[in-house]
Amino acid sequence: MNAMKTTNVEVRLPSRMGFEKVAMSTAASVAKLMGFREDRIEDLKTAVAEACINAIEHGNRLNEKLSVGVVMSAGEDSLEVKVIDDGKGMKNHPSKPDIDRKMHGEEDPRGMGMFLIQALVDEAEWVAGSNGKSSYVRLVIRLDKEQA
Amino acid sequence: MQSETKSHVDQLTSPAGHPVTVLRFEGDIASTSKEAVLGVYQALPKTTNKLILLDFSKVDYINSSGIALVIQLLIEASNSGQKVYAYGLSAHFVKVFTMVGITKYAGLFPSQAEAMAAL
Repeated sequence: MNAMKTTNVEVRLPSRMGFEKVAMSTAASVAKLMGFREDRIEDLKTAVAEACINAIEHGNRLNEKLSVGVVMSAGEDSLEVKVIDDGKGMKNHPSKPDIDRKMHGEEDPRGMGMFLIQALVDEAEWVAGSNGKSSYVRLVIRLDKEQA
Repeated sequence: MQSETKSHVDQLTSPAGHPVTVLRFEGDIASTSKEAVLGVYQALPKTTNKLILLDFSKVDYINSSGIALVIQLLIEASNSGQKVYAYGLSAHFVKVFTMVGITKYAGLFPSQAEAMAAL
């Protein structure tokens, strides 16, 4: 992947749990071709998987007639991943899970996906689509200078 | 599409002479793993299994739903006076478990030998 400007790779997933692993593997392959370190690829894999799970479960509400679009744009020094669903978008902002509150039953043990996404990538934004559809989360990881 | 989670239980004794119940997981830990994680744990007698060691060495993929199952296990263990430890996580999942705070309630070790030596 020399002399790369922007190269796009797209995957379309059925809204069925487990298929997030297809996007996760594809994103990892693109990141590896770009020269990302193994630990950054692992971060990306978890972030992409969680974004796809949210899209499948909350965006498309497990409706298998709807698909999740995953668009990976490999630039010279960064990889952007957009995960697109047919939902209205996330209303809540990611919050850091409070393990003490979870342990005492004051907070749902679930609900860590958005936090993990934001914590593991360099940029994360949730964008609500117009007409209440085609919402997406956009993730970016950047190559360190010594990696590029 | 998600690989089935397999789990089984081993009863060991630590070098210090304490009985340790090891829950060994294999495959993905995700929303479909409830029986393999919580079901297997809940079937253990609470009075005789005071030290629980979770073996993640054959687990490749853990998502946030899987982490939530681990937290549910920690909640039940805490309420039953049990102590939970874990080993075999990759460096990435050690980081993730630390980020979400699990390490406050479950000691992590690199290997079974290091875990057993500390129990």
